[in-house]
Amino acid sequence: MTVKLEARNISLSYGDPASGGNLLALSDINLQVREGEFVSIVGPSGCGKTTFLSVVDGLIRASAGQILVDGHVVTKPGRDRAVVFQDASLLPWRSVRRNVLYGLECAGITGRPAEERAAHFIDMVGLRGFEERYPYQLSGGMQQRVNLARALVMDPELLLMDEPFAALDAQTREMMQEELLQIWRASGKTVLFITHQIDEAIFLSDRVIVFSARPGRVKESVDITLDRPRSLKLKRDPRFHALEDRIWGLIQEDGGPPAR
Amino acid sequence: MRKPLRIMTTPSPQATLDAPPKAAGLAWPLRWQRRLIGGATVLGLVALWQAVVSLGLIDPLYISSPVLVIQAGIGAFQDGDIWADIRVSSIEFCVGYLAAIAIGIPLGLATGMNRRFSYLLGPFIDIMNAVPRVTFLPILILWFGIGLWSKFAVVFLGALVPIAIATDTGVRTNEARFVRVARSFGASRLKLLTSIILPGTVPYLFTGLKYGAGRALLGVVVGELYASTAGVGHMIADAGNLFDTSTVMFGVTLFMVTGIGVTTLLNRIEQHFDRWRPQEQQR
Ligand SMILES: Nc1ncnc2c1ncn2[C@@H]1O[C@H](COP(=O)(O)OP(=O)(O)OP(=O)(O)O)[C@@H](O)[C@H]1O
Ligand SMILES: [Mg+2]
Repeated sequence: MTVKLEARNISLSYGDPASGGNLLALSDINLQVREGEFVSIVGPSGCGKTTFLSVVDGLIRASAGQILVDGHVVTKPGRDRAVVFQDASLLPWRSVRRNVLYGLECAGITGRPAEERAAHFIDMVGLRGFEERYPYQLSGGMQQRVNLARALVMDPELLLMDEPFAALDAQTREMMQEELLQIWRASGKTVLFITHQIDEAIFLSDRVIVFSARPGRVKESVDITLDRPRSLKLKRDPRFHALEDRIWGLIQEDGGPPAR
Repeated sequence: MRKPLRIMTTPSPQATLDAPPKAAGLAWPLRWQRRLIGGATVLGLVALWQAVVSLGLIDPLYISSPVLVIQAGIGAFQDGDIWADIRVSSIEFCVGYLAAIAIGIPLGLATGMNRRFSYLLGPFIDIMNAVPRVTFLPILILWFGIGLWSKFAVVFLGALVPIAIATDTGVRTNEARFVRVARSFGASRLKLLTSIILPGTVPYLFTGLKYGAGRALLGVVVGELYASTAGVGHMIADAGNLFDTSTVMFGVTLFMVTGIGVTTLLNRIEQHFDRWRPQEQQR
């Protein structure tokens, strides 16, 4: 077993201009993710999930502790990681095609090879024919799929996903879940997946990590040993319900239901 | 490359693509309505102007008349002197305005992106913004003489300030989430500037350019009225001294047409850069 990602004693506080003091968002987070593992993080809204993901990506520096990817300390974003952001973060002045090309451009990859890769992933997320559309001409779900293609096109070893399916309707969401599992199985990528939906976390993951309310701490790590490949039928399995209840309980213990 | 796994099947993108955007269907009649109403109002006013003079209600010495202005214009062009004046004024405008763009945009980008630059230059820009730049004319003429160079300077200063301020504001209002995307993909500083900051700044930038164009024209007029040897403003001043109201009005019309022309051109360019923006409902 190789460790892909390791968080060591990560703490982070934001300056709080209102009180002049600090707001502790993450407190002493320790966790490990194995190579090829699919790990989800759930926890109450505002507990620091997005913040933690930003630290892993290298966008924010932790106040204390270290992030290691493949044993190397993370100091800034890198080609081995890509983020699917929570909010609509498509560049509104770029067409679908040029949004997907964006990361490649930043990495200095242009021309035919870049175009072919972009076309491949646009097709994969079912947006062929929409290449020249601007984000405002797409539905929320379509935008989110572009968001996903933009990260996948970078072929990252570690895929960081921040509630990527939150904007989707239930049916599309389930379809995307299955397809994400397919991509994951075919590519062997390591995935760190944030969600509010407990069933989504269980369905997708090898392990669900429950964060406590702010400041975010690892409250518990729940192994999901359900057989793979998984189909949607699994969501009606009693073992699935038992896991749901357990995780639900863990979050509730901690001051309230998950947001939304 | 292997056949892509499809994660989503959209029923038929073509079906949606073929449907014409309905907004465009509405736009035409509305646009004509706007032109008709706007055009009719202007024409009506011109007709009224002509009427009050033709009916002898107001002496044309005070307000000239549309016919007299056109006659003065034809006369000026037949005479030929006007070409030299137009040339001089155009050079003053173009040199001063283009220099203001060339310096103003980088200046605004620098103060918007770099805190130290804004501490350094912010006070100067604020002070310059607080005074009408044409008040510097006497000093500028002392420094540069009454020829082209003092006009370049006053036009440049007039346009520089709004352009720099608008660019600076545009950069500051840039959305952090897009900057975060660029950083996450490891964009270089140059890439960040060209792919994130500049596109987001376009509306502000063009507001500054349009406002700056007005200030630049003001510089040309005031500079030439104050002290000059040639130019359309000079022509206006001369005609004014001779109570030749029609020629004054003709000069004013020239400036007006120039101002509208520059604004229209800038609007066109802006539309090109802003075509990604959801079109607000045509009114
Ligand atoms: N840039 C920032 N500056 C100051 N405080 C911040 C900033 N970003 C987040 N916070 C605070 O840090 C805490 C954690 O925020 P974060 O966005 O990581 O939560 P989250 O778990 O992702 O929430 P959600 O599930 O609603 O997306 C919140 O209390 C929030 O107010
Ligand atoms: Mg979040």
